[in-house]
Amino acid sequence: MIELRVRRHTVDVGISLDLDRPTVTALFGPSGSGKTTVLRALAGLDDSGGGVLCGDDVWDDGRVIVPARRRGLGYVFQDPALFPHLDVRRNVEHGLHALSRGERRSRAMEALALVGAGGLADRRVTTLSGGEAQRVALARALAPRPRAVLLDEPLSALDTPTRTALRAELREVLTAAAVPAVLVTHDRAEVLALADEVVLLDGGRVLQRGTPVDVFSRPGTPEAAAVVGVETVVPGIVVGRTVDGLVEVRVGDRRLLGTTTDDPPGSGEALVCIRAEDVHLATDRAAQASARNQLPGTVTSVRDEGVLVRVDVDCGFALAAYVTRGSALDLHLAPGRPVTANVKAPHVHVVPRAGQPSR
Amino acid sequence: MWLSARLSAATTVLLLPIGVLLAWWLSRTRRRWAVVVEAFVALPLVLPPTVLGYYVLVSLGSRSPLGRAWQDLTGSTLAFSFKGLLIASLLYSLPFAVQPLLAAFAGMDRRLVEASAVLGRSPLSTLWRVVLPVCKAGLASAAVLTFAHTVGEFGVVLMVGGNIPGRTRTVSVSIYDSVQVLDDAAAARTSLALLAFSLVVLTTLYALRRNGSAFRMDL
Repeated sequence: MIELRVRRHTVDVGISLDLDRPTVTALFGPSGSGKTTVLRALAGLDDSGGGVLCGDDVWDDGRVIVPARRRGLGYVFQDPALFPHLDVRRNVEHGLHALSRGERRSRAMEALALVGAGGLADRRVTTLSGGEAQRVALARALAPRPRAVLLDEPLSALDTPTRTALRAELREVLTAAAVPAVLVTHDRAEVLALADEVVLLDGGRVLQRGTPVDVFSRPGTPEAAAVVGVETVVPGIVVGRTVDGLVEVRVGDRRLLGTTTDDPPGSGEALVCIRAEDVHLATDRAAQASARNQLPGTVTSVRDEGVLVRVDVDCGFALAAYVTRGSALDLHLAPGRPVTANVKAPHVHVVPRAGQPSR
Repeated sequence: MWLSARLSAATTVLLLPIGVLLAWWLSRTRRRWAVVVEAFVALPLVLPPTVLGYYVLVSLGSRSPLGRAWQDLTGSTLAFSFKGLLIASLLYSLPFAVQPLLAAFAGMDRRLVEASAVLGRSPLSTLWRVVLPVCKAGLASAAVLTFAHTVGEFGVVLMVGGNIPGRTRTVSVSIYDSVQVLDDAAAARTSLALLAFSLVVLTTLYALRRNGSAFRMDL
């Protein structure tokens, strides 16, 4: 268990991270929210200005500071930051200096194989593609078997196809390595695909923490809602693809059509995300709509949130919708009223999630 | 001529490790008084060589504690000797070793150092295994500039060395001598040699810098 309190500039964050189990904790927030500041303080790359405790050990109390090299953590930067004068294998071996030459070599090869970069061992790092280089950086961080690995927007410098491909693999790699991870990201898809827990940061403060499903579908405060956008996030199973390229996904006993950025499409477990403002409610079933998803259900709650009214609908799963106050009155929306929720397929975002959650 | 080469070579060999460690410390430290150290390092750039030479002479002379200790120990004086000259050169050429290294350290990707630290490497290990290989060009600049500058120094040599033929008379001082005794031909010859040497050194240096990437790979 790491107790972390970071006070730097405008950031004042106190969180505890459970690094005893191999879970993925995401620090999510817009740029300037302080997430990277927190990660760097945890790694010992910057002063925390407050306190960092790792179990009973003091890592940083403002006077005694354990240097980064003694914290036993792995760190992956946004850019690979590979050592340009060393080949791939020697990059990975850099953190294994306490081992014998033979052990160094086998551990490095093992780590490279784990991240799917076994064939790159003898390459010069200057000849690697962005995705390959980031795999090597991950192998380099994992090779010394750190107590936890810190990932600072590890995928954001990559192009979209590479990013989605690597995102899908990253969770498998972390699960296989059985190492807890702290992931800093501003990409919602990354949180949904990778994280077991998300800590929502904005303006240097923790707004909320919980499972990605909880935090993204039920932001606790207006500030939290503004950061994540209100969204229905439900687990589902990808069952196939239609000829026109849509993904068919089963949620409970409903089938939805949606889209995914992943190519080739993942199959199996996924999270289905629908933003509340993309859900249209109708009380007349016959009204033909272009939306591919028409879900009959019952209103469970209606809540005034200023300009918009938030309506929760039970349509086999809990679905949140935003309507204007006028529409809410016209449709006589109230708990118990039957409605049909219409959602266009492009507004149903399917994020494949490899492997079981590790908790 | 031979004396100048020997002095410059010795200065470069001794000054590089000192310069590397000093630049590494300066580039990392967060102590406030580091700026004072930085100022002291840069001092020879702005100070008249005679001033520096004077202080070195005073502190090495037989009346100073250091000079006397040396004399008691070895039986010879530091001032007006090759060793004294070497000490003066080290001080005088210090900025020419430290500045290019500082620039190179500041210009390199900071995350390489951070990555190395997180991987468990000590600062010295990081310096040796990561920083110096990446900053080869800066290291070469520092070496070349130190060497060339030491060859060309005059004031300090005259003050500390005292212009003793075969012992402390370097090229630059011999030109001064030639002019003093109205031997224009000798002065012209030596000046031209020194000019050519400096030009060749600097041209090589800038050529290496310009295609620095190729240089880094091949070295």
